[in-house]
Amino acid sequence: MANVKFTRSELEKSIKLTSDVIEKIELFGVPIESITDTEIEIEVLPNRPDLLSIQGFIRAVNNYLGKEKGLKKYKINKPEKNYKVFIDSEVKNIRPYTACAIASNLSLDDEKISSLIDLQEKLHSTLGRKRKKVAIGIYPLEKISLPITYTALSPDKIKFIPLEFDKPLDAGQILQKHPAGKEYAHLLENFSKYPVFLDSKKNILSMPPIINSNETGRITNETKSVFIECSGSDFNALKKTLNIIITTLADMGGKIFSMELIYGKNKEITPNLETEKIKISIDNINSLLGLNLKDKDLENLLPKMGYNYNKGKVEIPPWRIDILHEVDIIEDIAIAYGYNNLIPQMPNISTLAEETKESRIKRKIAEILIGLGLLETSSYHLIKGDEKNKIRSESLIELENSKTEYKFLRPNLLIPALRILTENKDNDYPQKIFEIGKVFLLEKNSSESKVSEKENLIIYMSPSNFTEIKQILDYLFRLLGIKYSLKESSHSSLIEGRSALINANSNIGYLGDIHPKILQDWNIKMPVAVLEISLSNIYELIN
Amino acid sequence: MSNQMEKIIEKLSPMERKIIPFLNLSIEEIEQKSSLDSVSTLRALKFLENKDIIKIKKTSKKIIDLGTNGIYYKNNHLPERKLLTLLEQNKTISLQEAEKLSKLSENEFKVSLGILKNKAFIEIKNGKIVLTAKKEEITKKFLEEHLIEMLPIEESKLAPESKHALENLKRRKNIVEIKELNLVEFELTSIGQKLAGKEIKSDLIEELTPEIIKNWNKTKKFRTYDIQSPVPSISGGKKHFVNEAIEYAKRIWLDLGFKEMSGNMIETGFWNFDALFTAQDHPAREMQDTFFIKDIEGVLPSKEIVSNVKKAHEKGIEGSKGWGYEWKEKEAKKVALRTHTTCVSARTLASLKPSDLPAKYFIIEKVFRNETLDWKHGFEFYQTEGIVIDEKVNFTHLLGFLKEFYKKMGFDKIKLVPSYFAYTEPSVEVQVFHEGRKEWLELGGAGVFRPEVTIPLLGKNVRVLAWGQGFDRIITDYYKIKDLRELYSNDLKELRNKKAWIK
Repeated sequence: MANVKFTRSELEKSIKLTSDVIEKIELFGVPIESITDTEIEIEVLPNRPDLLSIQGFIRAVNNYLGKEKGLKKYKINKPEKNYKVFIDSEVKNIRPYTACAIASNLSLDDEKISSLIDLQEKLHSTLGRKRKKVAIGIYPLEKISLPITYTALSPDKIKFIPLEFDKPLDAGQILQKHPAGKEYAHLLENFSKYPVFLDSKKNILSMPPIINSNETGRITNETKSVFIECSGSDFNALKKTLNIIITTLADMGGKIFSMELIYGKNKEITPNLETEKIKISIDNINSLLGLNLKDKDLENLLPKMGYNYNKGKVEIPPWRIDILHEVDIIEDIAIAYGYNNLIPQMPNISTLAEETKESRIKRKIAEILIGLGLLETSSYHLIKGDEKNKIRSESLIELENSKTEYKFLRPNLLIPALRILTENKDNDYPQKIFEIGKVFLLEKNSSESKVSEKENLIIYMSPSNFTEIKQILDYLFRLLGIKYSLKESSHSSLIEGRSALINANSNIGYLGDIHPKILQDWNIKMPVAVLEISLSNIYELIN
Repeated sequence: MSNQMEKIIEKLSPMERKIIPFLNLSIEEIEQKSSLDSVSTLRALKFLENKDIIKIKKTSKKIIDLGTNGIYYKNNHLPERKLLTLLEQNKTISLQEAEKLSKLSENEFKVSLGILKNKAFIEIKNGKIVLTAKKEEITKKFLEEHLIEMLPIEESKLAPESKHALENLKRRKNIVEIKELNLVEFELTSIGQKLAGKEIKSDLIEELTPEIIKNWNKTKKFRTYDIQSPVPSISGGKKHFVNEAIEYAKRIWLDLGFKEMSGNMIETGFWNFDALFTAQDHPAREMQDTFFIKDIEGVLPSKEIVSNVKKAHEKGIEGSKGWGYEWKEKEAKKVALRTHTTCVSARTLASLKPSDLPAKYFIIEKVFRNETLDWKHGFEFYQTEGIVIDEKVNFTHLLGFLKEFYKKMGFDKIKLVPSYFAYTEPSVEVQVFHEGRKEWLELGGAGVFRPEVTIPLLGKNVRVLAWGQGFDRIITDYYKIKDLRELYSNDLKELRNKKAWIK
């Protein structure tokens, strides 16, 4: 998702932001983040990158408000002589495709230039998947000589002055020193050659997807005509991106020319604003939306979303990237109809309610323990790095790149319990507590590791002792109808001779007094008795 | 004795009666004579105050005493005095040498230098200390030294110059200690004056015993209790307040005829993303947003489902174009903490047989995002998720279920605005109007599952209404919690005193 800011005065040349219009914009599906006297900030959802430029936004809102009807047409002029791009087979395994265009008759001022750069960056970060899928370059035509070649060179043969620099750098230096180089170097990792755009004099225009040349790839107030290229791995995405840019330039007053792309023996012409027409069924629309629309309604609703509609066929704007299926158009019909005009209904479907068996048993256990005066806690499923050192567990699961100090999944409920006792050492005693929750362990065998995710119950009390905790176990299992026996055992956190394993068909848990060494490690000053059992076993035992 | 007086006497507890004969004495004497401990004496006095027999006055005074360092310095001189004495013997001395010879710690030495400089006793030139103080200045005791000798002393009794010295010493570690002493005194009210010193005999029944019940006769009278007197607070066992709220929400779905689903928190990318038509290069699948688990490869479901999901992504399925890229099993096998409970919905759909339809399912469980932890962010939170599977349901029914649920959660006004999710079309964002704050709260998404989701999982395009909204915001709102971390901080005092969830 991306937020973009538009200058209010610029927007209001086309659309007055009355309260009615503001409400309509939200109904259209563009959340307004903030609005001031000078600026409006909107959120553009990932399916509508065509709204990232002020021109695209105005086009869509004018449709929605009914000021413009249907699909806006743009004129694309045929390529002139030399409006060609040769795509060398060298790029095939690196960044195989490019889609290009030329725009002339531009009168760029600082504001237009900055809005173009803004659009380019927003497209990079959304549709372009941080330049991996699509990277965009815009060049002053006056500084370059056509035709263009898109090829790849070994890094030692690439040397030019990158944007914002005043000295030539070679490809390696650009990746190490230039801010854009550092940020996107990973996209060229493992390649022995890097892609470049060259003009007919072999000047390097840019090294996509990293950076343009400062001499041939920087547009200014003087620039009248531009060469635009989008490079990447998905030709379809490149064409759509190019369409978003050239329609923006056309709305700025530019004259658009297509270019001939020569992929070896194959030729492509871009940009291509030919529209796609798909069939839509009125029955499908009404069945999905729960409405009773007629064909005539579609003639009214679809143009509000920028489509043309004629007898069951919808003409899709060539800058829409998100129309994969009829349902995508049906959603737009619902938006045109207005979500606020839909009347919520309750369907007449008879189904039987049912809680899971696990939920029922958990609730019963909680009831019994609350009856004994125990307080329930609810803690995070993650534990901190230093906590894992205090209570060792061999089969701990580590998370990748956690942004907090919580870096592991809890292997038991004892760790969160001890944390809670530590944090509550100044609160009133006695502290009689229980918690139910999932614990996670790594199960390793010779060939593979997998994770086990089980539900546990812990009861922990302070000050307390073995007898008290055993009384609770005894009472709980009596009420649940579970027979059990205790087996002497040692547990690394418990006092030897005051700890036991609980056996009910199999070992299902342990109980005992926490060892003073552990209490000291956790800075707990009162004796603690604990009982932890696996509920997954209990669920099996209760039938 | 007046009627009013009699009523008061009837209310007197044994403890109060014990001290009334000594009310003309000081508190210490009352303790001795009544042989009550000080806590009980104070409580009895408090009770008497409630009955308007005495008036309690609390005063406090501050006592200044030596701290641990102060005791040491009193016996061994302040460090600045030690340094000064050294300088008196060596009028010019290098800093290093002075530090060594003075036998002061690094910190003491620095502090002492500062103090002597401030008093203009020394100058530091080219790394050397030069003594500039006059003889009489050196021999005179510092104000601080005077103060140390006076301690302990009541703060209010200090002369202004000693107060200044005190401020200086307070800034240094453990030289002085300020203790607050609370004093309780009382005076007799007009009723008290009549009662004080009297021996009050009573044949009123204090505690009801089996003995009294057995021998009950109606001439006996009870001592009247002071029903206004405060009682010590108690607390009992109870559910965690978050779980109380969840129980309530679960009840709503059950009342609407929904079945509960369950599923794992650790899930493969396949169920969390791919089955939900989320392209493999979607930003949500990046490490900075999702908790991936190291070195583990998950298991994919049946070949049929996998190949249908692959087809839906690559080329599309039944009228869809798909995303048009090469779908990789390896990416789908990555394991992560689920980012939404919608993966449980996906698994449930895949498990259904045609005879199970129509069906309605819900789950309210935790989901995880790789987020920082602060007052408005957390890495785990609850989501309330539901699906309705039936040929005949439509978008307005989805709105109907959401409206019903949030009405029962206490939000009468609900707004549904267009939104985008990879797996639903149409998609909505649910907002509810908060009457107290007069603003709309964004709760999360809902929609109708796309055919690219339902066909691979159900085998055909059956309509599935689906939603999954964050739940923690509703809980924090009900309990007026500002900081999200408080939900799971488990402060026992908070847990014990939290009001019950009643809607």
